Amino acid sequence: MDIPEHLKYTEEHEWLSLDGDVATVGVTDFAQDSLGDIVFVELPDQGSEISAGEPCGELESTKSVSELYAPVTGEVVAVNEDIRDTPELVNSDPYGEGWLFRVRVGELPELLDAADYAETIKE
Amino acid sequence: MSTPSPLHEVHAALGASFTDFAGWNMPVRYSSELAEHRAVREAAGLFDLSHMGEIEITGLEAAQVLEYALIGKLSAVKVGRARYSMLCAEDGGVLDDLVTYRLGEERYLVVANAANVGVVASALIERAEKFDAVVTDRSTEYALIAVQGPKSADIVRAVSDADLESLRYYASMPATVNGIDLLLARTGYTGEDGFELYCAPEQSQQVWRTLAAAGEPHGLLPAGLACRDTLRLEAGMPLYGHELSAQLTPFDAGFDRLVKFEKGGDFVGRAALAERAKQQPSRVLVGLTGTGRRAPRAGYAVLGPDGATEIGEITSGALSPTLGYPIAMAYVSAECREPGTSLHVDVRGKALPVEVVALPFYQRS
Repeated sequence: MDIPEHLKYTEEHEWLSLDGDVATVGVTDFAQDSLGDIVFVELPDQGSEISAGEPCGELESTKSVSELYAPVTGEVVAVNEDIRDTPELVNSDPYGEGWLFRVRVGELPELLDAADYAETIKE
Repeated sequence: MSTPSPLHEVHAALGASFTDFAGWNMPVRYSSELAEHRAVREAAGLFDLSHMGEIEITGLEAAQVLEYALIGKLSAVKVGRARYSMLCAEDGGVLDDLVTYRLGEERYLVVANAANVGVVASALIERAEKFDAVVTDRSTEYALIAVQGPKSADIVRAVSDADLESLRYYASMPATVNGIDLLLARTGYTGEDGFELYCAPEQSQQVWRTLAAAGEPHGLLPAGLACRDTLRLEAGMPLYGHELSAQLTPFDAGFDRLVKFEKGGDFVGRAALAERAKQQPSRVLVGLTGTGRRAPRAGYAVLGPDGATEIGEITSGALSPTLGYPIAMAYVSAECREPGTSLHVDVRGKALPVEVVALPFYQRS
Protein backbone atom coordinates (compact mmCIF):
# COMPACT_ATOMS: atom_id res chain seq x y z
CA MET A 1 0.00 0.00 0.00
CA ASP A 2 1.46 3.32 -1.08
CA ILE A 3 1.72 5.94 1.71
CA PRO A 4 3.95 8.81 0.56
CA GLU A 5 6.20 10.17 3.32
CA HIS A 6 5.72 13.84 2.49
CA LEU A 7 1.93 13.91 2.98
CA LYS A 8 -0.28 14.31 6.05
CA TYR A 9 -3.19 11.96 6.73
CA THR A 10 -6.48 11.63 8.60
CA GLU A 11 -8.11 8.61 10.18
CA GLU A 12 -10.82 8.96 7.54
CA HIS A 13 -8.25 7.90 4.93
CA GLU A 14 -7.66 11.28 3.37
CA TRP A 15 -4.32 12.81 2.54
CA LEU A 16 -3.33 16.49 2.61
CA SER A 17 -0.52 18.23 0.85
CA LEU A 18 0.19 21.62 2.41
CA ASP A 19 1.45 24.55 0.37
CA GLY A 20 1.41 27.65 2.59
CA ASP A 21 -2.15 27.90 3.89
CA VAL A 22 -3.68 25.89 1.04
CA ALA A 23 -4.12 22.15 1.42
CA THR A 24 -4.73 19.80 -1.50
CA VAL A 25 -6.97 16.93 -0.38
CA GLY A 26 -7.49 13.44 -1.75
CA VAL A 27 -8.17 9.92 -0.54
CA THR A 28 -5.43 7.41 0.16
CA ASP A 29 -4.38 4.40 -1.84
CA PHE A 30 -5.82 2.24 0.96
CA ALA A 31 -9.17 4.04 0.67
CA GLN A 32 -9.45 3.68 -3.10
CA ASP A 33 -8.42 0.04 -2.88
CA SER A 34 -11.04 -0.68 -0.21
CA LEU A 35 -13.79 1.16 -2.07
CA GLY A 36 -13.19 -0.49 -5.43
CA ASP A 37 -13.84 1.23 -8.72
CA ILE A 38 -15.03 4.80 -8.10
CA VAL A 39 -17.86 5.68 -10.48
CA PHE A 40 -19.12 8.97 -9.08
CA VAL A 41 -17.63 11.74 -6.96
CA GLU A 42 -19.56 14.60 -5.42
CA LEU A 43 -17.30 17.43 -4.33
CA PRO A 44 -17.99 20.53 -2.25
CA ASP A 45 -18.68 23.67 -4.28
CA GLN A 46 -15.83 26.00 -4.96
CA GLY A 47 -16.10 28.93 -2.55
CA SER A 48 -18.02 26.94 0.07
CA GLU A 49 -16.91 26.62 3.68
CA ILE A 50 -16.24 23.16 5.02
CA SER A 51 -15.84 22.13 8.66
CA ALA A 52 -13.37 19.54 9.90
CA GLY A 53 -15.06 16.21 10.55
CA GLU A 54 -18.28 17.11 8.71
CA PRO A 55 -19.37 15.38 5.49
CA CYS A 56 -18.52 17.54 2.47
CA GLY A 57 -19.03 15.14 -0.44
CA GLU A 58 -19.45 11.56 -1.52
CA LEU A 59 -17.51 8.82 -3.21
CA GLU A 60 -19.56 6.17 -4.97
CA SER A 61 -18.12 2.87 -6.07
CA THR A 62 -20.00 0.16 -7.91
CA LYS A 63 -20.85 -1.41 -4.56
CA SER A 64 -21.15 1.38 -2.06
CA VAL A 65 -21.51 5.04 -1.19
CA SER A 66 -19.04 6.64 1.21
CA GLU A 67 -19.14 10.08 2.72
CA LEU A 68 -16.21 12.32 2.20
CA TYR A 69 -15.31 14.04 5.46
CA ALA A 70 -13.71 17.46 5.52
CA PRO A 71 -10.23 16.93 6.96
CA VAL A 72 -9.88 20.58 7.94
CA THR A 73 -11.99 23.72 8.34
CA GLY A 74 -11.71 26.34 5.64
CA GLU A 75 -12.82 27.69 2.28
CA VAL A 76 -12.75 25.48 -0.81
CA VAL A 77 -10.61 27.37 -3.34
CA ALA A 78 -10.47 24.76 -6.12
CA VAL A 79 -12.07 21.45 -7.07
CA ASN A 80 -10.75 18.84 -9.47
CA GLU A 81 -13.17 19.18 -12.39
CA ASP A 82 -11.52 16.25 -14.22
CA ILE A 83 -12.80 13.66 -11.80
CA ARG A 84 -16.44 14.53 -12.49
CA ASP A 85 -16.11 12.82 -15.86
CA THR A 86 -13.26 10.47 -15.02
CA PRO A 87 -13.79 9.42 -11.41
CA GLU A 88 -11.51 6.43 -12.04
CA LEU A 89 -8.58 8.85 -11.61
CA VAL A 90 -9.14 8.37 -7.89
CA ASN A 91 -8.27 4.69 -8.38
CA SER A 92 -5.47 5.03 -10.88
CA ASP A 93 -3.62 7.97 -9.31
CA PRO A 94 -5.00 8.74 -5.82
CA TYR A 95 -2.09 11.00 -4.84
CA GLY A 96 -1.79 12.76 -8.18
CA GLU A 97 -4.45 13.34 -10.84
CA GLY A 98 -7.05 11.88 -8.51
CA TRP A 99 -6.85 14.80 -6.05
CA LEU A 100 -10.28 16.06 -4.96
CA PHE A 101 -10.20 19.69 -3.86
CA ARG A 102 -8.04 22.49 -2.38
CA VAL A 103 -8.98 24.26 0.80
CA ARG A 104 -7.61 27.43 2.44
CA VAL A 105 -6.89 26.29 5.95
CA GLY A 106 -7.51 28.47 8.96
CA GLU A 107 -6.41 26.50 11.95
CA LEU A 108 -4.69 23.22 11.20
CA PRO A 109 -6.00 20.31 13.27
CA GLU A 110 -3.75 17.51 14.41
CA LEU A 111 -2.93 15.29 11.44
CA LEU A 112 -1.17 11.96 11.09
CA ASP A 113 2.19 11.51 9.46
CA ALA A 114 2.82 8.58 7.12
CA ALA A 115 4.06 6.25 9.86
CA ASP A 116 1.06 6.99 12.11
CA TYR A 117 -1.33 6.47 9.22
CA ALA A 118 0.34 3.17 8.32
CA GLU A 119 -0.36 2.07 11.92
CA THR A 120 -4.07 2.88 11.63
CA ILE A 121 -4.59 0.74 8.54
CA LYS A 122 -2.80 -2.29 9.94
CA GLU A 123 -5.30 -5.06 10.49
CA MET B 1 -13.85 -16.62 11.81
CA SER B 2 -15.07 -16.97 8.28
CA THR B 3 -14.34 -20.10 6.25
CA PRO B 4 -11.69 -19.79 3.56
CA SER B 5 -12.45 -21.22 0.13
CA PRO B 6 -10.39 -24.24 -0.98
CA LEU B 7 -9.04 -21.82 -3.60
CA HIS B 8 -7.96 -19.21 -1.05
CA GLU B 9 -4.22 -19.51 -1.77
CA VAL B 10 -4.81 -19.04 -5.48
CA HIS B 11 -6.81 -15.87 -4.83
CA ALA B 12 -4.23 -14.51 -2.39
CA ALA B 13 -1.46 -15.12 -4.94
CA LEU B 14 -3.53 -13.17 -7.50
CA GLY B 15 -3.74 -10.23 -5.09
CA ALA B 16 -7.47 -10.50 -4.46
CA SER B 17 -9.36 -8.32 -2.00
CA PHE B 18 -11.52 -10.48 0.21
CA THR B 19 -14.92 -10.01 1.77
CA ASP B 20 -16.95 -11.94 4.30
CA PHE B 21 -19.94 -13.42 2.56
CA ALA B 22 -22.37 -15.65 4.46
CA GLY B 23 -19.61 -16.91 6.72
CA TRP B 24 -17.13 -17.38 3.90
CA ASN B 25 -14.04 -15.36 3.09
CA MET B 26 -14.34 -14.87 -0.66
CA PRO B 27 -12.65 -12.70 -3.31
CA VAL B 28 -14.63 -9.51 -3.89
CA ARG B 29 -12.31 -8.33 -6.69
CA TYR B 30 -8.83 -8.99 -8.00
CA SER B 31 -7.96 -5.64 -9.50
CA SER B 32 -10.92 -3.70 -10.88
CA GLU B 33 -14.49 -4.98 -10.71
CA LEU B 34 -15.35 -2.91 -13.78
CA ALA B 35 -12.61 -4.62 -15.80
CA GLU B 36 -13.78 -7.99 -14.50
CA HIS B 37 -17.38 -7.15 -15.41
CA ARG B 38 -16.31 -6.13 -18.91
CA ALA B 39 -14.25 -9.29 -19.32
CA VAL B 40 -17.33 -11.43 -18.62
CA ARG B 41 -19.43 -9.48 -21.13
CA GLU B 42 -16.77 -9.42 -23.85
CA ALA B 43 -14.53 -12.46 -23.23
CA ALA B 44 -14.76 -14.52 -20.04
CA GLY B 45 -14.47 -14.41 -16.28
CA LEU B 46 -13.38 -17.10 -13.84
CA PHE B 47 -15.30 -17.22 -10.56
CA ASP B 48 -14.87 -19.14 -7.32
CA LEU B 49 -18.36 -19.98 -6.05
CA SER B 50 -17.32 -22.57 -3.50
CA HIS B 51 -19.48 -20.85 -0.90
CA MET B 52 -22.60 -22.19 -2.61
CA GLY B 53 -24.18 -25.25 -0.97
CA GLU B 54 -24.74 -28.62 -2.64
CA ILE B 55 -27.38 -30.94 -1.26
CA GLU B 56 -27.92 -34.37 -2.76
CA ILE B 57 -31.20 -36.27 -2.83
CA THR B 58 -30.97 -39.95 -3.74
CA GLY B 59 -33.34 -42.87 -3.64
CA LEU B 60 -36.37 -44.42 -5.25
CA GLU B 61 -38.54 -41.42 -4.37
CA ALA B 62 -35.98 -38.66 -4.86
CA ALA B 63 -38.19 -37.02 -7.50
CA GLN B 64 -41.24 -37.15 -5.20
CA VAL B 65 -39.26 -35.49 -2.41
CA LEU B 66 -38.52 -32.52 -4.63
CA GLU B 67 -42.07 -32.40 -6.01
CA TYR B 68 -43.25 -32.03 -2.41
CA ALA B 69 -40.43 -29.81 -1.16
CA LEU B 70 -40.13 -27.28 -4.02
CA ILE B 71 -42.72 -25.28 -5.97
CA GLY B 72 -41.59 -26.63 -9.35
CA LYS B 73 -42.28 -29.86 -11.19
CA LEU B 74 -38.90 -31.48 -10.64
CA SER B 75 -40.07 -34.96 -11.67
CA ALA B 76 -40.41 -33.63 -15.21
CA VAL B 77 -36.74 -32.67 -15.40
CA LYS B 78 -34.88 -35.13 -17.62
CA VAL B 79 -31.67 -36.74 -16.45
CA GLY B 80 -28.85 -34.38 -17.40
CA ARG B 81 -31.01 -31.28 -17.29
CA ALA B 82 -31.37 -28.59 -14.63
CA ARG B 83 -34.21 -26.41 -13.38
CA TYR B 84 -34.48 -23.11 -11.51
CA SER B 85 -36.99 -23.33 -8.66
CA MET B 86 -37.75 -22.16 -5.15
CA LEU B 87 -38.15 -23.61 -1.69
CA CYS B 88 -41.11 -22.01 0.08
CA ALA B 89 -42.42 -22.10 3.64
CA GLU B 90 -45.98 -23.22 4.48
CA ASP B 91 -47.07 -19.58 4.25
CA GLY B 92 -45.66 -19.28 0.73
CA GLY B 93 -42.63 -17.17 1.73
CA VAL B 94 -39.47 -17.89 -0.24
CA LEU B 95 -36.79 -19.68 1.82
CA ASP B 96 -34.33 -19.89 -1.06
CA ASP B 97 -34.05 -19.91 -4.83
CA LEU B 98 -32.21 -22.93 -6.17
CA VAL B 99 -30.83 -24.63 -9.22
CA THR B 100 -31.50 -28.36 -9.19
CA TYR B 101 -29.58 -30.75 -11.43
CA ARG B 102 -31.02 -34.17 -12.19
CA LEU B 103 -27.96 -36.40 -12.23
CA GLY B 104 -29.79 -39.72 -12.50
CA GLU B 105 -33.28 -41.23 -12.36
CA GLU B 106 -32.93 -41.36 -8.59
CA ARG B 107 -30.35 -38.66 -7.95
CA TYR B 108 -30.62 -34.87 -7.81
CA LEU B 109 -28.21 -32.15 -6.72
CA VAL B 110 -29.78 -29.02 -5.26
CA VAL B 111 -27.56 -25.92 -5.23
CA ALA B 112 -28.44 -23.42 -2.50
CA ASN B 113 -27.28 -19.91 -1.69
CA ALA B 114 -24.47 -19.88 0.87
CA ALA B 115 -26.52 -18.03 3.48
CA ASN B 116 -29.37 -20.52 3.19
CA VAL B 117 -27.60 -23.91 3.06
CA GLY B 118 -28.59 -24.77 6.63
CA VAL B 119 -32.23 -23.80 6.09
CA VAL B 120 -32.45 -25.65 2.77
CA ALA B 121 -30.74 -28.80 4.04
CA SER B 122 -32.90 -29.08 7.13
CA ALA B 123 -36.10 -28.30 5.19
CA LEU B 124 -35.27 -30.96 2.61
CA ILE B 125 -34.40 -33.52 5.30
CA GLU B 126 -37.68 -32.81 7.09
CA ARG B 127 -39.74 -32.84 3.90
CA ALA B 128 -38.14 -36.14 2.80
CA GLU B 129 -39.20 -37.99 5.96
CA LYS B 130 -42.27 -39.63 4.43
CA PHE B 131 -40.40 -40.70 1.33
CA ASP B 132 -37.97 -43.43 0.37
CA ALA B 133 -35.03 -41.11 -0.24
CA VAL B 134 -31.95 -39.77 1.51
CA VAL B 135 -30.96 -36.09 1.74
CA THR B 136 -27.27 -35.38 2.28
CA ASP B 137 -25.60 -32.00 2.61
CA ARG B 138 -22.50 -32.43 0.45
CA SER B 139 -21.43 -28.77 0.53
CA THR B 140 -17.99 -29.51 1.97
CA GLU B 141 -17.35 -32.13 -0.73
CA TYR B 142 -17.65 -29.67 -3.60
CA ALA B 143 -15.72 -26.68 -4.79
CA LEU B 144 -17.52 -24.69 -7.48
CA ILE B 145 -15.74 -22.81 -10.26
CA ALA B 146 -17.61 -20.87 -12.94
CA VAL B 147 -16.39 -19.77 -16.36
CA GLN B 148 -18.78 -17.19 -17.77
CA GLY B 149 -18.77 -15.14 -20.93
CA PRO B 150 -18.89 -15.43 -24.72
CA LYS B 151 -15.49 -17.13 -24.83
CA SER B 152 -16.32 -19.64 -22.09
CA ALA B 153 -17.21 -22.48 -24.49
CA ASP B 154 -13.90 -22.08 -26.34
CA ILE B 155 -12.03 -22.17 -23.03
CA VAL B 156 -13.83 -25.22 -21.62
CA ARG B 157 -13.54 -27.03 -24.95
CA ALA B 158 -9.76 -26.54 -24.88
CA VAL B 159 -9.33 -28.32 -21.55
CA SER B 160 -12.15 -30.84 -21.46
CA ASP B 161 -13.17 -34.04 -23.18
CA ALA B 162 -16.82 -32.97 -23.03
CA ASP B 163 -18.92 -32.67 -26.16
CA LEU B 164 -20.16 -29.13 -25.62
CA GLU B 165 -22.41 -29.19 -28.67
CA SER B 166 -24.62 -31.67 -26.82
CA LEU B 167 -24.51 -29.70 -23.57
CA ARG B 168 -27.37 -27.24 -23.79
CA TYR B 169 -28.12 -24.32 -21.47
CA TYR B 170 -29.41 -25.62 -18.13
CA ALA B 171 -27.89 -29.05 -18.63
CA SER B 172 -25.01 -30.92 -16.99
CA MET B 173 -22.77 -33.90 -17.71
CA PRO B 174 -19.91 -35.73 -16.04
CA ALA B 175 -16.66 -34.59 -17.66
CA THR B 176 -12.94 -34.43 -17.10
CA VAL B 177 -10.78 -31.33 -17.10
CA ASN B 178 -7.07 -32.03 -17.30
CA GLY B 179 -7.82 -35.59 -16.21
CA ILE B 180 -9.88 -34.51 -13.19
CA ASP B 181 -13.40 -35.88 -12.90
CA LEU B 182 -16.06 -33.26 -12.27
CA LEU B 183 -19.63 -32.26 -13.00
CA LEU B 184 -19.79 -29.79 -15.88
CA ALA B 185 -22.96 -27.69 -16.03
CA ARG B 186 -23.99 -25.05 -18.53
CA THR B 187 -25.53 -22.67 -16.02
CA GLY B 188 -24.70 -19.30 -14.52
CA TYR B 189 -25.75 -16.04 -12.96
CA THR B 190 -24.30 -13.45 -15.31
CA GLY B 191 -26.61 -13.28 -18.33
CA GLU B 192 -23.91 -14.81 -20.54
CA ASP B 193 -23.26 -18.28 -21.85
CA GLY B 194 -21.18 -20.06 -19.26
CA PHE B 195 -20.26 -23.13 -17.31
CA GLU B 196 -20.18 -24.16 -13.67
CA LEU B 197 -17.76 -26.90 -12.66
CA TYR B 198 -18.40 -28.88 -9.49
CA CYS B 199 -15.24 -30.64 -8.36
CA ALA B 200 -13.50 -32.03 -5.29
CA PRO B 201 -12.05 -29.22 -3.12
CA GLU B 202 -8.58 -30.80 -3.14
CA GLN B 203 -8.53 -30.73 -6.94
CA SER B 204 -10.05 -27.30 -7.34
CA GLN B 205 -6.76 -25.40 -7.52
CA GLN B 206 -5.65 -27.55 -10.42
CA VAL B 207 -8.98 -27.05 -12.22
CA TRP B 208 -8.75 -23.28 -11.64
CA ARG B 209 -5.18 -23.07 -12.95
CA THR B 210 -6.05 -25.15 -16.01
CA LEU B 211 -8.98 -22.89 -16.88
CA ALA B 212 -7.02 -19.72 -16.13
CA ALA B 213 -4.20 -20.79 -18.43
CA ALA B 214 -6.57 -21.84 -21.23
CA GLY B 215 -8.52 -18.62 -20.85
CA GLU B 216 -5.64 -16.18 -20.84
CA PRO B 217 -5.26 -15.94 -24.63
CA HIS B 218 -9.03 -15.32 -24.81
CA GLY B 219 -8.92 -12.40 -22.39
CA LEU B 220 -10.29 -14.30 -19.39
CA LEU B 221 -9.89 -12.55 -16.03
CA PRO B 222 -10.41 -13.93 -12.54
CA ALA B 223 -13.62 -12.28 -11.36
CA GLY B 224 -14.87 -11.55 -7.85
CA LEU B 225 -18.21 -11.25 -6.12
CA ALA B 226 -18.46 -7.50 -6.79
CA CYS B 227 -18.82 -7.96 -10.53
CA ARG B 228 -20.97 -11.06 -10.05
CA ASP B 229 -23.52 -8.76 -8.42
CA THR B 230 -23.51 -6.11 -11.17
CA LEU B 231 -23.63 -8.84 -13.84
CA ARG B 232 -26.68 -10.53 -12.34
CA LEU B 233 -28.36 -7.18 -11.78
CA GLU B 234 -27.96 -6.22 -15.44
CA ALA B 235 -29.40 -9.63 -16.34
CA GLY B 236 -32.40 -8.90 -14.08
CA MET B 237 -31.74 -11.92 -11.89
CA PRO B 238 -32.90 -11.83 -8.27
CA LEU B 239 -30.54 -12.10 -5.31
CA TYR B 240 -31.87 -13.76 -2.18
CA GLY B 241 -32.01 -11.24 0.67
CA HIS B 242 -32.64 -8.44 -1.83
CA GLU B 243 -35.39 -9.32 -4.32
CA LEU B 244 -36.42 -12.52 -2.52
CA SER B 245 -37.11 -13.19 1.15
CA ALA B 246 -39.26 -15.24 3.51
CA GLN B 247 -41.64 -12.26 3.67
CA LEU B 248 -42.28 -12.42 -0.07
CA THR B 249 -43.91 -15.08 -2.23
CA PRO B 250 -42.80 -16.06 -5.74
CA PHE B 251 -45.82 -14.06 -7.00
CA ASP B 252 -44.56 -10.84 -5.43
CA ALA B 253 -41.28 -11.27 -7.27
CA GLY B 254 -43.01 -12.02 -10.57
CA PHE B 255 -42.12 -15.71 -10.62
CA ASP B 256 -45.69 -16.95 -11.13
CA ARG B 257 -44.42 -19.30 -13.82
CA LEU B 258 -42.33 -21.23 -11.30
CA VAL B 259 -45.33 -22.24 -9.18
CA LYS B 260 -46.60 -25.48 -10.72
CA PHE B 261 -50.07 -25.99 -9.27
CA GLU B 262 -50.76 -28.45 -12.07
CA LYS B 263 -48.31 -30.99 -10.65
CA GLY B 264 -50.11 -33.82 -8.89
CA GLY B 265 -50.11 -34.01 -5.12
CA ASP B 266 -49.41 -31.62 -2.34
CA PHE B 267 -46.35 -29.44 -1.95
CA VAL B 268 -45.22 -27.26 0.91
CA GLY B 269 -46.83 -23.85 0.57
CA ARG B 270 -49.48 -24.98 -1.92
CA ALA B 271 -52.54 -23.79 0.01
CA ALA B 272 -51.06 -20.39 0.84
CA LEU B 273 -49.77 -19.87 -2.69
CA ALA B 274 -53.11 -20.92 -4.25
CA GLU B 275 -54.80 -18.29 -2.10
CA ARG B 276 -52.11 -15.78 -3.00
CA ALA B 277 -52.46 -16.50 -6.73
CA LYS B 278 -56.04 -15.20 -6.64
CA GLN B 279 -55.06 -11.81 -5.26
CA GLN B 280 -53.40 -8.92 -6.97
CA PRO B 281 -50.12 -8.19 -5.21
CA SER B 282 -50.02 -4.69 -3.71
CA ARG B 283 -46.32 -4.32 -4.54
CA VAL B 284 -44.50 -5.82 -7.49
CA LEU B 285 -40.89 -6.12 -8.54
CA VAL B 286 -39.90 -3.80 -11.39
CA GLY B 287 -36.80 -2.56 -13.15
CA LEU B 288 -35.85 1.13 -12.99
CA THR B 289 -33.37 3.12 -15.03
CA GLY B 290 -32.04 6.57 -14.32
CA THR B 291 -29.76 9.14 -15.87
CA GLY B 292 -26.42 10.52 -14.81
CA ARG B 293 -24.03 8.48 -12.70
CA ARG B 294 -25.75 8.32 -9.34
CA ALA B 295 -27.27 4.95 -8.61
CA PRO B 296 -30.22 4.09 -6.41
CA ARG B 297 -29.09 1.65 -3.71
CA ALA B 298 -30.80 -1.10 -1.75
CA GLY B 299 -33.11 0.40 0.88
CA TYR B 300 -33.67 3.78 -0.80
CA ALA B 301 -37.27 4.92 -1.02
CA VAL B 302 -39.03 5.02 -4.38
CA LEU B 303 -41.27 8.06 -4.77
CA GLY B 304 -44.30 8.47 -7.00
CA PRO B 305 -44.58 10.71 -10.07
CA ASP B 306 -45.05 13.68 -7.69
CA GLY B 307 -41.56 13.11 -6.29
CA ALA B 308 -42.88 13.08 -2.71
CA THR B 309 -45.17 10.11 -1.96
CA GLU B 310 -43.33 6.95 -1.02
CA ILE B 311 -44.55 4.09 -3.20
CA GLY B 312 -41.79 1.52 -2.91
CA GLU B 313 -38.25 0.54 -2.07
CA ILE B 314 -35.08 -0.25 -3.99
CA THR B 315 -33.81 -3.82 -3.55
CA SER B 316 -30.62 -3.60 -5.68
CA GLY B 317 -29.03 -0.84 -7.68
CA ALA B 318 -25.81 0.16 -9.38
CA LEU B 319 -24.39 2.27 -12.15
CA SER B 320 -24.57 -0.35 -14.91
CA PRO B 321 -21.02 -0.99 -16.14
CA THR B 322 -22.29 -2.24 -19.51
CA LEU B 323 -25.01 0.32 -20.14
CA GLY B 324 -23.40 3.33 -18.48
CA TYR B 325 -26.53 4.53 -16.68
CA PRO B 326 -28.03 3.70 -13.28
CA ILE B 327 -30.19 0.58 -13.05
CA ALA B 328 -32.13 -0.80 -10.11
CA MET B 329 -34.74 -3.30 -9.08
CA ALA B 330 -37.47 -2.20 -6.70
CA TYR B 331 -40.75 -3.23 -5.15
CA VAL B 332 -43.31 -0.58 -6.11
CA SER B 333 -47.09 -0.16 -5.83
CA ALA B 334 -48.77 -2.29 -8.45
CA GLU B 335 -50.36 0.76 -10.13
CA CYS B 336 -46.86 2.05 -10.93
CA ARG B 337 -45.66 -1.16 -12.59
CA GLU B 338 -46.16 -0.23 -16.26
CA PRO B 339 -42.94 0.28 -18.25
CA GLY B 340 -42.59 3.94 -19.11
CA THR B 341 -43.98 5.16 -15.78
CA SER B 342 -41.97 8.09 -14.44
CA LEU B 343 -41.02 7.76 -10.79
CA HIS B 344 -38.35 9.15 -8.46
CA VAL B 345 -35.82 7.70 -6.07
CA ASP B 346 -34.83 9.44 -2.87
CA VAL B 347 -31.06 9.39 -3.27
CA ARG B 348 -29.89 10.70 0.07
CA GLY B 349 -32.37 13.54 0.16
CA LYS B 350 -32.53 14.32 -3.55
CA ALA B 351 -35.44 13.07 -5.67
CA LEU B 352 -33.81 11.70 -8.81
CA PRO B 353 -36.05 10.82 -11.78
CA VAL B 354 -36.24 7.18 -12.86
CA GLU B 355 -38.35 5.26 -15.32
CA VAL B 356 -39.96 1.84 -15.00
CA VAL B 357 -38.58 -0.59 -17.58
CA ALA B 358 -39.10 -4.24 -18.43
CA LEU B 359 -36.48 -6.66 -17.12
CA PRO B 360 -33.82 -7.66 -17.96
CA PHE B 361 -31.75 -4.50 -18.47
CA TYR B 362 -29.22 -6.42 -20.52
CA GLN B 363 -29.66 -9.42 -22.79
CA ARG B 364 -26.84 -11.06 -24.68
CA SER B 365 -27.14 -10.83 -28.43
